[in-house]
Formats: sequence, structure tokens, C-alpha cells
Amino acid sequence: MSAQAEPKQPPSSPVETGTAMTDLTKPVVAADGAGAPSAQPHGANRVEPKVTTTDVKVFYGSSEALHGIQTEIPANQVTALIGPSGCGKSTFLRCLNRMNDTIEGARVTGKILMDGEDIYDKSLDVVLLRARVGMVFQKPNPFPKSIFENIAYGPRIHGLAKSKGELADIVERSLKRAGLWDEVKDRLKEPGTGLSGGQQQRLCIARAIAVSPEVILMDEPCSALDPIATARIEELIDELRRNYTIVIVTHSMQQAARVSQKTCFFHLGDLVEEGDTDQIFTNPRDKRTQDYITGRFG
Amino acid sequence: MSEHTVASFDAELQELRRSIMEMGGIAEKMLADATVALVRRDVGLAQSVVTSDYRLDTIQRDIEEKAILTIARRQPMAIDLREVISAIRIASDIERIGDMAKNISKRTLAISGQFEPQRVVLGVERMSDMVLGQLKDVLDAYTTLDVDKALEVWRRDGATDALYNSLFRELLTYMMEDPRNITFCTHLLFCAKNVERIGDHTTNISETIHYLVTGQPITAERPKMDRTAYETGQPEQAGGAAGA
Repeated sequence: MSAQAEPKQPPSSPVETGTAMTDLTKPVVAADGAGAPSAQPHGANRVEPKVTTTDVKVFYGSSEALHGIQTEIPANQVTALIGPSGCGKSTFLRCLNRMNDTIEGARVTGKILMDGEDIYDKSLDVVLLRARVGMVFQKPNPFPKSIFENIAYGPRIHGLAKSKGELADIVERSLKRAGLWDEVKDRLKEPGTGLSGGQQQRLCIARAIAVSPEVILMDEPCSALDPIATARIEELIDELRRNYTIVIVTHSMQQAARVSQKTCFFHLGDLVEEGDTDQIFTNPRDKRTQDYITGRFG
Repeated sequence: MSEHTVASFDAELQELRRSIMEMGGIAEKMLADATVALVRRDVGLAQSVVTSDYRLDTIQRDIEEKAILTIARRQPMAIDLREVISAIRIASDIERIGDMAKNISKRTLAISGQFEPQRVVLGVERMSDMVLGQLKDVLDAYTTLDVDKALEVWRRDGATDALYNSLFRELLTYMMEDPRNITFCTHLLFCAKNVERIGDHTTNISETIHYLVTGQPITAERPKMDRTAYETGQPEQAGGAAGA
């Protein structure tokens, strides 16, 4: 989990990874997070939505980027956010783990409830929230450390492992879940940055999983990858949804159609249409959705 | 529908539509000619119907190929996807319609020179005219994307089936009256069946148009009135399910 690294990144440049190293050395507020909610991860078999948003607006200075988003993110499903550039989908994604907090002049209004709990509540520990809501970025951004350390870092600072052996277990389990174990098990001490792009991205997913999040946010996780690496990530996403709730921003309509169960179409800061992915891609109701997914604008 | 950002995509879809319309035109003419050839015992005309089926098959293969290429190239979504899938479906329906028209003409060639009770032939003609109307209207509905018109054709097919039932009985009667009629009547029966099947294909096309425009399949039961599968050949038991 790279929760401590990411908040520094402005939304305009999710690829920016330079801050990761410095953050590694920073004292971490929630290092004692033994009783973190993430101790009992992911609400499997939930009937109710994992996240509910009500009238969420985001302002950058005086301009309103999101105009009152009302939706539900179903638990243990993949929800795809699609829309043309600048439509607000990434901004919305960033509301879900309060990444917008870190942006100068950004203001979020409305309510976002996760399991019924207001994530913008003043008493809520943002660092813990970001452990519960992990994030994977467009460009893989492993820490410039060993593969092992990349994964072990989060669990260690959150106090999730009581012994070295336990930590090693978490690392192995996370890498296995991310489908990377077999490829890297013999070179855990090598730097994570030495892996291929696709492997790096799976390393980042393993890193996000390592702190047992409940929700994983993905911001165009495959846009920097080749088709094979993309296919592996998509396969992985499908497996992960058994244990996690996933929200993915993607510019590839085909990818949204392949991996998600629910799709939300954003346009000019509005949530224009949401529904079952199958319905959105074969028979959308709104003309703007239709025009976008069929390549008539955007 | 407004235009795609990629103009050649529009061109591909338009080409598909154009080809379907061309097929429709050929099939219409084939059915009309096959019917005239049957009624007038026009061997030359029947021959030409048989020949034109080749053209229909060629265009159908061409449509299928283009549709597959479009899917591979563009990964069409929503209305575009339905457009491509509908083109494949309608092309194969029209191709079948062509086969049936051709079959009618082949039978026309087979029975030429035999005795025929003109009354039954006229029955087939009447039925064929009805179906030809259905075919025309459904192709219009496709051109204009008119769901109401498509649904109207869909409902009309029940009447064709009813007419086929009565023709079926009439032909049975002729055959029972005089065994020398059997060859001719059997051919004619198959002709009538072919026309009835063409009606079913126009119903298929109506359903495809409904799906194309609305994105929803027609879920209602078809107006099926073809009861001949239950006929026993004994008038007093007609309509019973004994022979099924």
C-alpha cells in the first residue's frame, strides 16, 4: 500500500512518482494502526452497496468540477468509470479515498459513505482510510526498493505483521494474489523497478493488496501496458473482485465492457448514466452515452 | 444518428445497409417472379429465378465478411454493434428467402406440362402476394428503421399461416380424390410451404429490426397459426393433436 506516497500527487499527473522515495523515510502517523479496520478486510457477500455517494461536488477554487454525483458502488463488483477527458471521472475516483484533500484549493461537498460510515468525517483517520481504500495508478510506480520491500512496506508501517515470518507470508500471499509470485519468487531482493511494465503494475497491485484493503481504486491501470500485460491485469481484476470492491477509470471502452459489472458514464462533471455494464454497452439509454461509446464524440 | 469521429466507420456501416437493401430488392423480385412463373408455367422465368439466387448468396457472403471485418476493426458498441449483428441476421434471412423462391421455381420446372387444377395454384398465388407484401413492408421498415411497421408485419404473419392451413387441406382433398394428382399436388404443397416459410423469415426480420432500433428483443409469442403439423388427413379430426 502506497497510501503515504500518493497523496502528494496532483490529479493532473497521476504518473508522477518522484515523491515515493522521500515518503518512505517519513514518520507515519498511523504506524500503530493495529486496530485498523483493515484487520477484517472486505465485506464479502454484502447485499448493500460498499460505497454510497450523495450529491458529491468538487470545486477546484471557484470552478465546479463535479456537479452533485449520486451513485452506489456495489460490493465485490468491478465498477467502471468512463467518459471523455476532463469529464470528472478521475476526480470522482479521488474522492473515494480523499486524495482530493491534498490538492490546493480543492473542496469536496456532499456525502460519501463507506459501509455507512462518512469518510469525510473529521474524526476519521485519513491514512487508515487510504489503507482501506487502496489505489493503483496509470503508470506503475514501484518504490525504488527491492520487490520484497515494495510489498512489505505497507503491512510493516500499519503493524499488520507481528514477526518477520508473518511479514514474509503477507508478501508471498500478496504476490500470489497479484499473479506475480512465480515470476519473482527467486529474486525478491532485486529492485522492483527492474521488472517489466506489466510486472511493475502487478507489483503495485500486490502492494495495494498487502494492507488488506476493502476497496481498490484503479486509475487507468493498463494504459501504459502492452496487450498481453493488459490481459493479465484484466484477468487479475476479475479474480480480485471476489475479495475486494474495485473501481476502475478507463479510457478503453472495451476494457470497461470486459472487466466491469457496473458502468458509470461521466460527461462535463455529471454522472450521465449508470447501469449494468451489459446494458450500457449494448443499449445505453442516454444519447450522450451512446455517442461516446460508439465513438461519435470524445 | 450523428456521424462517427472516424468517417470510414460510417462508410462501412452504410455499405452494410446498402448491401442488405440490394439483397432485399433481389429477393423481392425473385419471389414475385417465382410466383408469376408458377401461375403462368413460364419455364424461362422460373429458370431466371434459379439463376439469380447465386447473386443473393454472393452478397450474403460479402455482408458476412464485411460485418466480421467491422467487428474486428472497430469493436462496435451499442447501436453500431446492433447494426452489424442485425446486418448478419437479416442477410441470412434474405438468403434463405432466396433459397425458397428458387425452390418454388425448381418445382415449377418439375411440374411443367402436368395437369393442374388452376384453383389451387391461384391459392398459392394469393398467399405469395400476401407474403410479398410482408417482405416489401419489412424491407421498408428496415430502411426507415420503423419499429411500428416492423411490428405490423410481425402480426400479419398469422394470416399467412391461416391461408396455408386451408391450402394444405384443399391439396389433401385433391390427392384423395385422384391419386394422379399426387405428384403435382405434392410439389404445389411444397411451394405453399416455401411461401409460408418466407413469411416466417419476414417475421424474423421484423424481430431483428425491433432489436436493432430498441435494443430489446420481442418477447411475446409469435402469432403462429400453422396447424398443419397436427393434421391427420381426416377432416373430422382436423385441429386435433392426434397426428403430432
